[in-house]
Formats: sequence, C-alpha cells, structure tokens
Amino acid sequence: MLSTIFAILFYLATAVFVVGLVYRIRLYARTPAPLKIPTTPAPVTRQGVVFRMFREVAFFESLFKSNKWTWLFGWVFHVAMLLVVLRHLRYFTEPVWLWVNLIQPFGKYAGFAMLAGLLALWGRRFLVERIRYISSPSDHLMLILLMGIAASGLMMKYVVHTDIVALKAFTLGLIRFNWQPLPADPVLLVHLSLVLILMFVFPVSKLLHAPGVFFSPSRNQVDNAREIRHPAPWVTELESNATKTGGE
Amino acid sequence: MADQDTIQINTLFEIPTLNPGAMKDSSPFVAAPAHQEALGFPGELVDDWQTRAIEKLGELLKKSRALQVYMDGCVKCGACTDKCHYFLGTGDPKNMPVARQDLLRKIYRRYFTFSGKYFPKLVGAEDLTREVLDEWYSYFHQCSQCRRCSVYCPYGIDTAEISMAAREIMDHIGKGQKYCNEILGKVHQIGNNLGLPEKALIMTMEDLEEDIEDDTGVKVRIPVNEKGADILLVTPSADFFAEPHIDGLIGYAKVFHQAGVSWTVSSYASEAANFAMFIGSQEQMKLLTDRIRKAAEDLGVKRIIFGECGHAWRVAYNFMNTLSGPFDFLDPDYPVPQHICEFTWDLIERGKLKLDKSANDHMTLTFHDSCNVARGSRMGDKPGGQFEIPRAIIKAVCNNFVDMAADTIHEATFCCGGGGGLLTDDLMEIRTKGASPRMTALQEVVEEQGVTHMAAICAICKTQFAKVMPTYGIGMDRIVSLHQLVSNAIVLDGQEGSEVDEETTEELATA
Repeated sequence: MLSTIFAILFYLATAVFVVGLVYRIRLYARTPAPLKIPTTPAPVTRQGVVFRMFREVAFFESLFKSNKWTWLFGWVFHVAMLLVVLRHLRYFTEPVWLWVNLIQPFGKYAGFAMLAGLLALWGRRFLVERIRYISSPSDHLMLILLMGIAASGLMMKYVVHTDIVALKAFTLGLIRFNWQPLPADPVLLVHLSLVLILMFVFPVSKLLHAPGVFFSPSRNQVDNAREIRHPAPWVTELESNATKTGGE
Repeated sequence: MADQDTIQINTLFEIPTLNPGAMKDSSPFVAAPAHQEALGFPGELVDDWQTRAIEKLGELLKKSRALQVYMDGCVKCGACTDKCHYFLGTGDPKNMPVARQDLLRKIYRRYFTFSGKYFPKLVGAEDLTREVLDEWYSYFHQCSQCRRCSVYCPYGIDTAEISMAAREIMDHIGKGQKYCNEILGKVHQIGNNLGLPEKALIMTMEDLEEDIEDDTGVKVRIPVNEKGADILLVTPSADFFAEPHIDGLIGYAKVFHQAGVSWTVSSYASEAANFAMFIGSQEQMKLLTDRIRKAAEDLGVKRIIFGECGHAWRVAYNFMNTLSGPFDFLDPDYPVPQHICEFTWDLIERGKLKLDKSANDHMTLTFHDSCNVARGSRMGDKPGGQFEIPRAIIKAVCNNFVDMAADTIHEATFCCGGGGGLLTDDLMEIRTKGASPRMTALQEVVEEQGVTHMAAICAICKTQFAKVMPTYGIGMDRIVSLHQLVSNAIVLDGQEGSEVDEETTEELATA
C-alpha cells in the first residue's frame, strides 16, 4: 500500500516537475526580447556571452561583486547540493557509473556543507534587517524544506541507516515499471515526502530562478547593437504592414 | 540659503537603518489630461483602472521576456538591497530594488501565478488596490532606471525594466507623470524637450558663433539644417542654452572645426534625449528615433554623432537600430551612431588636435560615469570603452585627473540622483537625497586629493549636479562638461595668443 502510494506520487511529481518546467522554459524562450538590454560592459561576441553566463552560473560572479557573505553561503549551498544530487545517481543506476563512484566520498560530506549553507542563509533572513524586510513566509518555508531534506538525508547516512539495498530496488523498480516494496522507515519516508513536495512546487515557485537565469536578457545578450540589427517583432510587423500598403 | 541646508555625510558605505514610509509621500505631479491625450493615453484615471492595469501587465508580460523572467526569478537573496542610491540616501525600505520590484511582483503573483492565486499570503501576493497604485506612483518615480542593482543581481534582474513597465501601465490607465509626458509632447510638436523653435535655435547658435569668435578670433560655425553636411549632430537641447552644457557644445563645434568636417544640427531632431524610455513606451521611443532618421535622410548626411547625454546614448547605441534602422543609407565606414567622445578621441589618437593641457591647469578633475553610458551602452570597440575613452580624453586635455573611489565609478557608478525622468522640481527631496552617495565620493576626493571640478557627459547629470551640489557644500560651478575641457585646451588654427609646440602634439599622439 505504502509502496504503491509513493510510487504513484513519484510518477506524478516527475510529471509535474518536467511538464511544469518545459512549459515555463517554452514561455521564456517564446516571449520576445524586443530591445538590446545587456548590462554593460558586456561581451561583444556570442562566445563571450557563453563565458559570462558560465561564470555567472558556476561562480555566481554578480553575487560575489555584491556581498561576500551571501555569496559564500549561497555558493557553498548550491555546489554542495549539486554534489549531493549527483551522488544520489547511484540509487538510480545499475551498475553505478564510474564518475558517480568517484565523487561519492565528496558527496557524502557535501550534505553537511549544504545544511550549513542553508542555515547561514536562513540566519540572514532573521539577522539582517534588510533581508528580514523582504522575506515572505514562502522564502522561509523553502529554506526549511531544503534543510529538512538535507537533515533527514544526513540522519540516514550517519545515524539511523535505512535498508539502502531495498530502497535501490524500489527506485530501479520505478524506472523499470516493475514496482518493488519501499522500506517503511520513518526517516526515509520523511526524506522522500519532502523531495516530493520540492518537485511539486518547483515549477510554481521562485525555484524557477534555475532555468530563468539563462533567459535573462541583461546577461545573455551580446553587446553588438550597432553592428547587427536586433529585430523587434512589433517593429518588423509595422514595417511589413507599411510595405504592404505601399508606404515607406 | 545653501549654507544652512548643507548636508553632512559620514562614511561612504554606511547602510542606513530602515525607515519605513520615509518617502511614501514623495510623488511627482500627475500629467494633465492634455499632456496625456497628446501621447494617446487616457486623460485621467479611468473608472475600470484596476482591470485595465492587470490587462496591460498581462500584455507587457507577453511582449517582454525581461519582465516575465524578472517577475519569476527573484529569490530575495538581498544582493541588491544596499545598492540603490535612493535607498542609501533615504533609508526607505521600498527604495531597496527588490522591494521596489515587489510592488509590481506582488500584483503579478496575485493575478498571474498559481501560488499567488491560491496562496497569496504565503508568497506575498496582493490585490491591486488604490493604496498599491499610490505606492506605485510614488516609488516607481523614485527609480532613476540607472541599472546599478542589475550589476549585482545574480540573475541580472534590472529594476529599470520593471519601473518602465509600471510607468507604462500607469500611463495606460490615465495616471502619467507630468514632467515626462509634457516634455514628450513638446518633442512631437517642436522637435526638442525645451520647445525651442527653429528660428530661436538658429539665432542662439549665431550668438554662440559670435561668442566663440570674440573669444578665440576664429570663426567657428554651428550650422543648423545645413543640407549636404557630412555629419548630423544630435545633442540634448540643454546643450543649446544651459550651463555648463553649452560650453560642451562649444567644445564639439571646435573639434568639428579642427577636424575639418562639415556638420549640422537639425531643428526637426534637435533633441537627443528620449524621455519615452523613462516612461517605458517603445512606441513613443520609436516616434522620437524616427525623427532622427528622417532628419538624417532629409539633410542627406553620411554620419550621425550624438552629443553628451546619458540615456540618449543608451537609446541611440542600443535601441535606435532596432526601432528606426537599418541605417544603410549612411556611410558604412563609421558606426551608427557615434558618440562625440569616440569622434574626439579618434582625432586625439591620430594627433589631429593641437591641445594645450595647461589651459586646464587651474582645475583638478574627476569624472562621473553617467549610469546609462556606463551600464547601458558602450564606446569604442572593446567592452568598457565607455569608461576608458572619456578618461583618456580628459587626461589628454588636462594635467590633473583623479578618479573617485573604485566602488563608485565604472560599472559601480552611482546615479546623479536626477535620471530616469526625475529631473523636476516637484521631486527635489528625493533628488537631493539620492545624490548623497555620489556627493560623498566626490567630497572624499575633494578633501583628500584636492579635486576642484567634476566632469560629466550627460545633460541630466550636469543639471542635477548644478542644482544639488550647493546643498552638499560644493559650488554649482564645479560641474563641467567633458567637451568644455576639450574646448579650453584645443588650439584652433589661427587662434590668437596661443602657441603649442609640436612636441606636445606628438606626445599626445603616442600617448
């Protein structure tokens, strides 16, 4: 019964997550960017923009310019989370890929860094007056959710182990549509429930910053307005109408 | 009067404690029906303003990827919270960029997102009420669209885009700003922000030619509407009469004269400024750039050069090609458009100007990077040319130059406090307070490095500084045009009483 409920919820959450994200990304991609608005100095070539975006996504360059503490906490949290997520691939692959095995030692401890980063980010929401002012309940809840995921995960890794072999059978069963029983371990169930919530809220929350950053015109545009005419849909329409009616 | 009001500033990076509601009542005069209707906007607040505002927001979201992504993407990290000069100057938390954005974002969430429709309290979504509209009107007119916050945002969220959208919405429900909309009407009707007609413009320029001749003994022309000239100069109309702007115009004229090129001003497009950007109306913006295109075609020029104006250069550099291009009827050997600084620097680099640096020896200069030039455009071939070229010119024409603190220049420059359609007397309080970060940085170099003057390349900056500097204990004559410095140093062929040895020129050429 429990296994069935979780199996169905995971299919549902995956569907919401994927469909929601695809919908959002399509919306961003299809909405026109009528004017050139890169924040300058900006790269003058496409490769330069790719490099700028890489620095932004990999190192949080702008945040680093802004505030070293926020940068430190935010960057540590994100990088640690990435390691943790990649480490979790071992529960979804058989045999486990070599590189997943190689990062396993780092991934194991990254959970602590992730939790520490989250705690520090949460602390700012109470301690810094300006950040307290701009925080809404959802900003706190999102951090609590992530901290819950990290804490329950660490619990299983270091305090009360779950039956990891059975869990892997369950996850592989989900992928192969050959359902297997889920260990009815309270910490595991909390961990998985929180992950489900995260997947459900992702496409309708501020977590959209993850795909959104790639579509930010102030960061992804090439500074070449004088050299190459940037088309604006509504201007092009005006022009073609003018041509049709024989005007100038 | 100025003395007793002098504002004392403490340390540069003191972040104020929050003072909620401090600037709530600072809002500009509302546009009169005539000014609204001239631009095709409703004369006054329409009855169903709420519905129409939400409709307009929906329309803008479909038209602007920036707006859509910026509405969704903010994680409230706080990176921008201490970056706005209006927040630093007032302590009003709604002047923190993220809080300013949230004034629109909370409405976006309420009407356009799942979470805001069903869990408004949780995500800070709110109904669009009269109070919200009043807040919009106050706080979206306390943003000078300077983009400083966008430099520090990890997603590049640009509050300028959001305040433009908010102003566009307010215009469409009949609550426009008097200053911007009245001025736009004048440009449509007469050709410039000041409403200076052709005859007056020609006479003013003739007077100016006489002044230059009296001063130098050389006949330097400032042609108006001269067909067949090579270059059309489009410059902010303040350059035609205001101080210190006009000294910059004299500088351009002397540079053109020495370069031996033919040039002209157009009375039809006698305005570089494009206030349509401030109100977020691309349609209005195109009407104004179309005037420049038409003037260039009618006069048969080969090149277009823009004078010293910050947002005008952003519109010209980044938007004009999109809105009114392609400019394939102009000489393809030159960028369209060019900045006057690019033109002057090219001449200096090639050693074509005789310059007597000692003419500026009575001054120690610093340079104020204007926000729209710094963060919304470029000069030259390389990123950052907008910082290098003006400084290179100053160093070529002055012996004494000092930069202000590193985190107040280049891309981190502070707005003068009067940009974005705020340069009006009804917003004097926010203008004065918003100038405080720049004034603090200036006072620092005045006290420690003996700086006497600050040069700028923006008409709004110059007007704003001339007005607010006395409040900070700095004389209004301490703000100068960059080309005023060039004008002082340039030695015209046949000029009386000035000799420059060839060595200096050569030195400059290789500098």
